[in-house]
Amino acid sequence: MADFTVRSDSVNVEQIMEQIRARIREKRGVDYTEAEIRDLAAVRLETFIDPDKLRSGLLREFHRVRAEGDAPEALDSVIDESVLFETHRGWLRALRKLLRPILKLFLNTKALAALSAQSKAALARKSRDQITFEVIHNMVVEMTRLGIEVKNLSMRVESMQSRLEFNERRARALESAVVYKPSDPEPAAPSPRPPAYESRPPAEFRPRQDPRQDSRQDSRQDSRQEPRQEPRQDSQLSSGAAQPSGGAPAPGGSDGQRRRRRRRRGRRGGGQPWPQNSQSQNPPGQPPAPAGESMPPQQQDEHVGEGPDDGPDASDSGGSDNDPDPQ
Amino acid sequence: MKLAVVVQRYGLAIHGGTELHSRYIAEHLVQHAEVEVLTTCASDDRTWANAYKSGSETINRVAVRRFRVSKSRNAAASARLADRVLHQTHSLNDELNWIEAEGPVSRSLLRHLRRRGDSYDFCLFFDYRYCHSLYGAHAVPSRAILVPRAERDDVIGARVFRDVFRGARAILYNSPEERSLIQAVAGNPQVPGVIVGAGADVPQNPQPARFRQKHNIRGPFAICIGPIDDRHGGAELVELFQQYTTQPSARLSLVLVGDGPLKISAHPKVKHVGVLDEGEKFDALAAADVLLVPSRYESLSRTTLEAWALGKPVLANARSAVSSGQILRSNGGLCYRTGEEFTAMLQAIEQNRWLSSTLGKDGRQYFRDHYDWRVIERKYHDLLRQLQQGSATTAMEPIPGWSARRRRDLPPAADVVRSAS
Repeated sequence: MADFTVRSDSVNVEQIMEQIRARIREKRGVDYTEAEIRDLAAVRLETFIDPDKLRSGLLREFHRVRAEGDAPEALDSVIDESVLFETHRGWLRALRKLLRPILKLFLNTKALAALSAQSKAALARKSRDQITFEVIHNMVVEMTRLGIEVKNLSMRVESMQSRLEFNERRARALESAVVYKPSDPEPAAPSPRPPAYESRPPAEFRPRQDPRQDSRQDSRQDSRQEPRQEPRQDSQLSSGAAQPSGGAPAPGGSDGQRRRRRRRRGRRGGGQPWPQNSQSQNPPGQPPAPAGESMPPQQQDEHVGEGPDDGPDASDSGGSDNDPDPQ
Repeated sequence: MKLAVVVQRYGLAIHGGTELHSRYIAEHLVQHAEVEVLTTCASDDRTWANAYKSGSETINRVAVRRFRVSKSRNAAASARLADRVLHQTHSLNDELNWIEAEGPVSRSLLRHLRRRGDSYDFCLFFDYRYCHSLYGAHAVPSRAILVPRAERDDVIGARVFRDVFRGARAILYNSPEERSLIQAVAGNPQVPGVIVGAGADVPQNPQPARFRQKHNIRGPFAICIGPIDDRHGGAELVELFQQYTTQPSARLSLVLVGDGPLKISAHPKVKHVGVLDEGEKFDALAAADVLLVPSRYESLSRTTLEAWALGKPVLANARSAVSSGQILRSNGGLCYRTGEEFTAMLQAIEQNRWLSSTLGKDGRQYFRDHYDWRVIERKYHDLLRQLQQGSATTAMEPIPGWSARRRRDLPPAADVVRSAS
């Protein structure tokens, strides 16, 4: 509540108070006055708020009471004043009947009878009002419940929609990427990235080409060439590293392999933009040269420290500070 | 120039708002004029029992003449008549009886004014609702200057005060809100008036640590100074503060200064230290983080001014028009209307040091601009000089005769105030 903005050195207390009040209103939802809130808090919760206690015959009861309440007002001519003298005791009834003319001298029995009829009608109206109130209350409860349900459903729809969109984006991304399934399984631990990029030869090992070549064709070609390139290169590298090739390595791979993978990922994630990675160095229509034949051994040695796929180096004791490690 | 300051109680040990106001004014005016205080021997405003000796004495260079109280408060009659005057159609006699039942009635004081009133150039009557102001102003109408200290309550709607407001030589208001209220109820714009109020004598070096040590108070706290009763919002304040303490970030404690009939329930964050003398009061104010003013009936709120003089922010009840007006004019505090606002604003002041200090700084500047004693004295001086040079333009209606007083045709005072506002 204390985070309000003050724009000048000399405060404007009116503005601050208004901000605080607005915040309270927002928090409360509705701008009730304190007295209204007290009244609302004082309202007794009705027993029938429990849905188990709803009357099953409420509608029938409502119709019945309404029919009684809608009965025409008792007219003077219709009022039966004899009801005032009724009793279950026979002797008393006879006595009252006998004395009725005298009693009628002192009382306006028609008015009394009308009052009696009015009180009955009022009772019926009261009962109808109670039932109306109950019906309205039930409707409010039901509407509130439905409102909450609608809110929940709309939230679920939103959630599902976002998941759907995410899946669509993921599918599109996967479609654009080339999935490589190696025929000879790589002994190293699987990389989380698509293997197509790991199998690419280093730039220094690729034949020179005209940079104005169509990148589309390159990428298509690249995707066709790479699966064939990698096993050879890997075998060459593994032999160069004097590591057992073909056999399954220890879980997680050796330190050198791990370092190499890390360096590869670092290069890809650290500085290589996407289009460069997808560029092929081979001219279109020309089959790719084998990695081992592309450079003489001296040249390979020259690039040992630079290439992403160089073998384990004794001097390479771990990643330097500049070596980006995306993980 | 010879001035009479007429007030219901007077003394160094009396800490009521009106009494302090009158004492400070007398002590500052005595530097420029001959001042005599006319007061009663009462010290307790609940009974008005005679506690001081009658006669003359000097307090802080001010001559004080005390008169015995001839009729002390009759609480039962006062309550009964108050109900009739405030809420029923009544007669003027009911109003007069009610004022006398409230007390203090000092016939000797009124006699002195009737006989010796001419010896004073002007008589300053403090607090309009007591006998000494009502009958005293009627005794010396051409010299009567009223310092009404009116609050927005129903009492001001009583018919008997209207003539005093209309017939006084001048009125010294405490605030623009008070002037608006009185002019709306009494219809007296023709009466010369000026908004003055009163200053505060703030000690040079208040010692907050001394107060903390004496009362074993640690940590930040909010302070409330004044009578602890329902009328001054004591119960409401304690309730609101207890709500505030339920907040997880609440760090402030509450220190209550003053006395009253209200029992403060034990709470770990609420401390009642009773009545403090002036020095201790300023020590306490200097130690506090914020002053709370829960009363909805304020005519000036001296403690607010004193807090501002010390650069402390104020959190006041917005239902008091005077407090709200002062705060809006000064930018020296905030006003709450509900419990939520109280909590939020107290937290805002507590958690934002910058806000707290800026409010205090603005309050101090407002105090210096409007309530410095030099400003107050100059206003008094200008008004008295102006009145001395001119002649009375208004005449006070005399209190009606026996039969007119008994005519039951006056509307309830509450209705009068409601219709005026």
